[in-house]
Amino acid sequence: MMILSLSKDNIQVQKEQDVVLLRNRVREVAVKIKMGLVNQTKLITAASELLRNMLRYGGGGECLIEVVTRGRDNGVRLTFKDKGPGIPDIAAAMKDGFSTGKSLGLGLPGAKRLSNEFDIKSKPGEGTVVMILKWANG
Amino acid sequence: MDKIPILRMGNFLLVTIQVDLYDRLALDLEADLVQMVNKTSSRGVLIDISAVSIVDSFMGRIIGNIASMSKILDAETVVVGMQPAVAITLIELGLPLKGVHTALNVERGMNLLKSMIGSDIQDEEENQDDDTFSE
Repeated sequence: MMILSLSKDNIQVQKEQDVVLLRNRVREVAVKIKMGLVNQTKLITAASELLRNMLRYGGGGECLIEVVTRGRDNGVRLTFKDKGPGIPDIAAAMKDGFSTGKSLGLGLPGAKRLSNEFDIKSKPGEGTVVMILKWANG
Repeated sequence: MDKIPILRMGNFLLVTIQVDLYDRLALDLEADLVQMVNKTSSRGVLIDISAVSIVDSFMGRIIGNIASMSKILDAETVVVGMQPAVAITLIELGLPLKGVHTALNVERGMNLLKSMIGSDIQDEEENQDDDTFSE
């Protein structure tokens, strides 16, 4: 079944405080489609991980917040886009504990576990696009 | 600039996080707390996160760091009031917060701290009682 986008909102993320703003915006959207508290928390935590990656490794970027629908299900889809150095080895980056920084290396694999759908595309030198989708009752 | 207040209560330091944390704020808290433990020779740190709706891997790491750093300075750390949704998310994220003591609420957290370093405190309290008695 097709996933249709009902609303779109693009937010620039350039500094750490933008993360708080974006988390709040995601929460507003999630509440609007009556997403449960646990799923909200998972979605926002996943978003937080990806935002940090974008700021730390991608030098900032933008986040597209969409309300999407598929049949009777509603969900929130987030697309994080940066024009950073890109990820040379995505398979390695998706492994728990892999980090080129000094972090725990839970960001990407954790965000994948916390969302219903996950997609990552990256080209070295061009940037990275990460999409996550969480259904309201997923 | 934002700052998270650290309260001193006898032998313990009390931190209630009431705002959404961003990375810088969490790092500052880590540094402030460890310095306070040293300066006040506190034996315990109680961190109340009941108002925190999101704990991601970075904040989880900071909480773990605070606990290990305080431990080296001979202070125990107890994290209290975690929201159920946050606990579910942390485990799914892959961050079980090993090595961090937790309690359901502030009251139980305080009791846990007291029991962990209980004998030392009792001695000190007894000494204090003696002081007041002689006055």
